[in-house]
Amino acid sequence: MASITIRDVRKSYAKMQVVHGVNLDIQSGEFVVILGPSGCGKSTLLRMIAGLEEISDGTIAIDGTVVNKREPRERGCAMVFQNYALYPHMSVAQNIGYSLKVAGVPSAERTQRIQAVARILELEHLLDRKPMALSGGQRQRVAMGRAMIREPKVFLFDEPLSNLDAKLRVQMRSEIRKLHRRLNATSVFVTHDQVEAMTLADRLVVMNGGRVEQVGTPAQVYSRPASRFVATFVGAPAMNVLEGEVTLEGLSLLGGGRKLNISRAGLPVGSKVAVGIRPEAVRMVAPGTPGALAATVDLVEELGAGRVVYVDLDGAPFSVVTSETVHPEPGSAIGLQFAESDLHFFSSETGSRLDVFKASVPEPAL
Amino acid sequence: MVERTPILNFFTHLILFVGFVFCVAPFVIVAIAASHNLKDVNDVPMSLLPGSDFWVNIKTAWTTADLGPKLFNSFVMAAGVAAGKVIISALTAFSIVYFRYPGRMLIFWLIFVTLMLPLEVRIVPTYAVVANVLSPYQAIMDVTGVSWLIEKVSGVQVSLSLGLLNSYTGLIMPLIATATGTFLYRQFFLTVPDELTEAARMDGAGALRFFIDILLPLSRNNMAALGTIMFLWAWNQYLWPLLITTDQSHATAVTELKQLIPNVGGAPEWHIAMAGTLIVMLPPLIVVVLMQRWFVRGLIATEK
Repeated sequence: MASITIRDVRKSYAKMQVVHGVNLDIQSGEFVVILGPSGCGKSTLLRMIAGLEEISDGTIAIDGTVVNKREPRERGCAMVFQNYALYPHMSVAQNIGYSLKVAGVPSAERTQRIQAVARILELEHLLDRKPMALSGGQRQRVAMGRAMIREPKVFLFDEPLSNLDAKLRVQMRSEIRKLHRRLNATSVFVTHDQVEAMTLADRLVVMNGGRVEQVGTPAQVYSRPASRFVATFVGAPAMNVLEGEVTLEGLSLLGGGRKLNISRAGLPVGSKVAVGIRPEAVRMVAPGTPGALAATVDLVEELGAGRVVYVDLDGAPFSVVTSETVHPEPGSAIGLQFAESDLHFFSSETGSRLDVFKASVPEPAL
Repeated sequence: MVERTPILNFFTHLILFVGFVFCVAPFVIVAIAASHNLKDVNDVPMSLLPGSDFWVNIKTAWTTADLGPKLFNSFVMAAGVAAGKVIISALTAFSIVYFRYPGRMLIFWLIFVTLMLPLEVRIVPTYAVVANVLSPYQAIMDVTGVSWLIEKVSGVQVSLSLGLLNSYTGLIMPLIATATGTFLYRQFFLTVPDELTEAARMDGAGALRFFIDILLPLSRNNMAALGTIMFLWAWNQYLWPLLITTDQSHATAVTELKQLIPNVGGAPEWHIAMAGTLIVMLPPLIVVVLMQRWFVRGLIATEK
């Protein structure tokens, strides 16, 4: 149980800076997921917490003690690696118990603790096997056992599920979640998979280009994305974003010249904005319905429980998620409706969220 | 591209067979010659049907050249070289791959240069050093005037001397100091995933612990391969043992074979010489047969 305090942490390789001043407070016992595209610096940040990368600038403190200069073993962190990193020549029991062996724990106690961990992870019958003879999910569990046995203050996960197949991933996800509830240890989990991030996190940290874009609960990040990047990165399919310009009447969409009727509280006429709407918040109606945007269906993806309809909105790609039993044909005309409260506005220049707008019901002004 | 036509099959097998005959024929002739008596072995042409004196000849060769102790010497030298090589190569490669320190690349290239300087090239200076290991230090002290100073102050004349002629150390050491194994290990260490190193660090293992617990067990195959090659290489050394073993007690089996080769004017006892050759060939053969499985695996690349 430990809190982690990250202050102005930067990382540069030679002249390339990859992490630009990250500030983050992780509470004791919290499950924090760092989410971002590849190359955003999320793994680097995790490795700096672990002590595997040097911190170029700033400080990282675990339980109030600055650990910048400490060796990984002195930090009380345990890490689960993406490719499991099991020692191929050791049996499962030896793999799990290796850190205890290094620490000089007597063999009787070691065996006992290995047994205890194996019981939790249901690995008891596999203790004598070599990693080569295990399936992906079993290897993953051994890797977690290796982290657990040290009873660390902090668990670090570096994309541990990305090598598993889809079904196993869902299963391991809930196992990790259960394990966390049971051990209640502070955990930092790095992933690029937003479903993983949403389901696991107490708090979500979205990173992009070496910066933290937003910190919040999964629900907060989903419903009030702090930037255009977060809006399009979190949620599947991605949020639809249309470029527009504030006019006297409301908002004129670039491209087709359509207009959305909205009040423009606080924003000067002529300023450029991006307006976003989640595919889940759009309703498909019959073409020509008053107050609906007219569009043409491009492509329909069947998901079983629902379908994703990709439509063409004056050349701009736009997707709609529908669970209704309508089966629109590609090429057919439809109408799109959404509530003004579901609209998100972002500055076209900085990409940050604008909360000055109060939208009214949009109307096609063709 | 693999083509399979009867004609091509025939030719590939023909080439294979010719190669096989080239390799094995001399060995067969040695074995046959070793089974003849003095008269038959000197017949021209020599009969290619085996004679009946094989064991007699083996026994004669064994006692004439006193092969027992010589084989022991050879074995100590070859095993020592093999073990020394494996240890030195693993350690140097470990240092080069896993540590960052100033001059690392310079050291790497210096090691590389030793590849271009085989023992035969540096045999005179190497002999001088082995004859007196401390001679370089003596030279340095003489040149810098340190020995002069010590002599003036204490009245003792400095003369450092530690000879390794006629010793196992002298036989083994100069053969160890080359780079071949370092490269084999370096290539292997580079294929060990970084995550494994990091996992060991997270588990609290220091550098040496990681080396002993993780790297060495993983490089078992490489060790077997390198050990086998070096054993054979050291076993077959002729020039160096001949040079530094002036005393019979440290002579090796390979150099002692010369004792069996008929002198000018002596009886042409080629059957004894061939029998001796067979005896000397046997131990390396056994090593290869025993190590073959690991040996091949170690050279083929990493197992997945």
